[in-house]
Amino acid sequence: MAADTTLDSLPDLLADLDRPTIESSDLRTEEMLVNMGPQHPSTHGVLRLVLRTDGEMVLEAVPHIGYLHRCAEKIGENLQPYQFVPKTDRMDYLAAMNNNHVFALAVEKLAGIAVPERAKYIRIIMAELNRIASHLVSFGTYGLDMGAFTPFLYAFREREYILDLFEAACGARLTYSYITIGGVTFDLPEGFVDRCREFLDYFEPKIDEYNRLLSYNHIFTKRTANVGVIRAEDAIRWGLTGPCLRGSGVKWDLRKCLPYDIYDRFTFDVPVGLPPGGEPPVPPGMPKARVPPGVVVGDAWNRYFVRVIEMYWSVQIIRQALDQLPSGDYRTKVPRNVKLPEASVYLEGENPRGQLGFLVVGDGNPIPYRVKARGPSFCNLSITTHVCRNCLLADVPAIIGSIDVVLGEVDR
Amino acid sequence: MTPEEIARLLQDTFPDAITDVAMGTPQPYVVVAAVRWPQVAYFLRDDPRLGFNMLRCLSGVDRPAKNELEAVYDLIAMRPADAGPDAYWLAASVFAVVVRVDRARPRIPSVAGVWPAADWHEREAYDLFGIVFEGHPDSVEDHDGLHPRRILCPDDWAGYPLRKDYLFPIEYHGIPGTTEYEMPNPVH
Amino acid sequence: MSWIENRFEDGLIVTSLDWAINWARQNSIWPVTFGIACCAIEMMATGASRFDIDRFGAGAFRPTPRQADLMIVAGTVTYKMASRVKRLYNQMADPKYVMAMGACTVGGGPYFKHGYHVVKGVDLIIPVDIYVPGCPPRPEALLEGLMRLQDKIRRETIARKTTVRENDEW
Repeated sequence: MAADTTLDSLPDLLADLDRPTIESSDLRTEEMLVNMGPQHPSTHGVLRLVLRTDGEMVLEAVPHIGYLHRCAEKIGENLQPYQFVPKTDRMDYLAAMNNNHVFALAVEKLAGIAVPERAKYIRIIMAELNRIASHLVSFGTYGLDMGAFTPFLYAFREREYILDLFEAACGARLTYSYITIGGVTFDLPEGFVDRCREFLDYFEPKIDEYNRLLSYNHIFTKRTANVGVIRAEDAIRWGLTGPCLRGSGVKWDLRKCLPYDIYDRFTFDVPVGLPPGGEPPVPPGMPKARVPPGVVVGDAWNRYFVRVIEMYWSVQIIRQALDQLPSGDYRTKVPRNVKLPEASVYLEGENPRGQLGFLVVGDGNPIPYRVKARGPSFCNLSITTHVCRNCLLADVPAIIGSIDVVLGEVDR
Repeated sequence: MTPEEIARLLQDTFPDAITDVAMGTPQPYVVVAAVRWPQVAYFLRDDPRLGFNMLRCLSGVDRPAKNELEAVYDLIAMRPADAGPDAYWLAASVFAVVVRVDRARPRIPSVAGVWPAADWHEREAYDLFGIVFEGHPDSVEDHDGLHPRRILCPDDWAGYPLRKDYLFPIEYHGIPGTTEYEMPNPVH
Repeated sequence: MSWIENRFEDGLIVTSLDWAINWARQNSIWPVTFGIACCAIEMMATGASRFDIDRFGAGAFRPTPRQADLMIVAGTVTYKMASRVKRLYNQMADPKYVMAMGACTVGGGPYFKHGYHVVKGVDLIIPVDIYVPGCPPRPEALLEGLMRLQDKIRRETIARKTTVRENDEW
């Protein structure tokens, strides 16, 4: 740094920090390879990032994955679809209901199995509740990465209420296998609808509380605004989907643009990334949200905020589904060895992390010939090398946390 | 555009590259010859009538009965709505392309230059099936020749796991790796 | 012992060295954050407010194994990850304990039959003290495992070696 380091020169020193190049010849640094190894508190799982750093500046970040490769696709070629449903749980273990949902839809489309109306509504309720739970975890752990411990506890407290609801319905807390081929495994228990409504009434005002706790927090904004900016064209070319794509300003949500299941019967809005001063859509009666200054469309803050506002609209969808819930059967009787036709189907669903796609190829046997899972986090993570160029070392957890990867579906 | 129109357009533009068309299935697709695939890919992406800007998924499928390996590319054309920035983007078209190669020497030209999303998908297809994508930006040279770097399995993994004739490893660096009864192929 | 009884005030505790050391060790087991897969989420839920693991003294999750006592292997261990598990275990200082959490670490779990890349149980790599079955085990089950580990530590004695050292590879 410069020879005089008095307080008068502090603004110049701070201005130096903003400039990406290190010009002084006194401070010569060599490039170093830093391994942000598979075991790391901020990588959200067993992700290995090899960072080529020049001092505090990260020149290149190369992700290495495969540390959780659990051979799900090989297993899919050896099990019947209803036996494979528990494996789909464990891919994106934070959004297990959504995974089950998409796989069930894919197999039902291939085999031509019809699902009763009540089951469809139950599926939507469970999928949206799981979306809220997943976004709560991502919100809590992102705060944890940025150094804020309190939002993590609040998020998990809310999530425990949702897990109570799930446990009442199917008995499991994390890997449900509840949504299966032909419907759902059990009917909703007595009192579920009332308890669910109670929870939604309790939870909806909390989202604004989280905004005031974390989203508008000055330190959090400083660490995530203008960090890891992904332009819309890049996002599409690299196959990004979900909040990562919407955070870049692309108003694309599979539930609205290519509606699957019965999502076209519900009215809801979808937030996208906005510049400072922009107001994302919130349901009527809720406090307004505003994007703080310093934020850029496509940065980490916008990706994170899209998830928070999505929770509002998931609550709306669940309320509408509970109001419209018909009575009837909760599962069609699918025979054990139903033969899959000799065709293939590729079906995508909007998961909390992006679009999960299942390619199911049948060959006339009850067991599929090939099951391929397109994990949204797999495609979202591939942009890491492109984004983490010339950023600071502390920005890397901010970027990874905002992309919100779950290694279970990256490695499958 | 409907899949039939897309297939007809492709057949008119590349009469020798499109070898097969399958329209009546839940996933309509055309089969493209491997050597002409990059040209067809650029056309699919850049032609204003098509505009397939996102590669959704690249899957490998092993067909030992026909001695072929397939690569299934699922594409989607997304474009902003004319009604303004507040309207939802439109899914203009959905399509699939299948490229079939010989199982003994599976080589497909890489389309990572067309859709960067194909980068990691091609590495995975090589890792699990052994399809060599020529011209992949992340290729390594070793005893198997020039091939994309493995992504899911370790770099010194032997074999291509999702092939139908794959034998499970008995041990890996000293760690026993049996399914049951020390057999390389699980039995039911 | 009549010459020593009733000679001292109420605040004096008389105990054995073994008991005191074991009491200190069992009530401050600091785990290392080694969440690999789905069980890691249940481990996080155990650390959160409803199933607070901090009331057992085990709430200080250390990111580095060099400062930790307990390695809760939470999640499937794959061949690619096995060398890292071994290395992290070697980096832990004695006395160290390993808890195999979840069916995958106990014996391969749901990936036993067709998992070519899955290690069929983490005890093929490192010695395990406590096995907690479940897929994933409920937080109550994890706490039960922790309490059984506390029982195991209570039975230790400083006169005899009770932990196992592996030769350092990888």
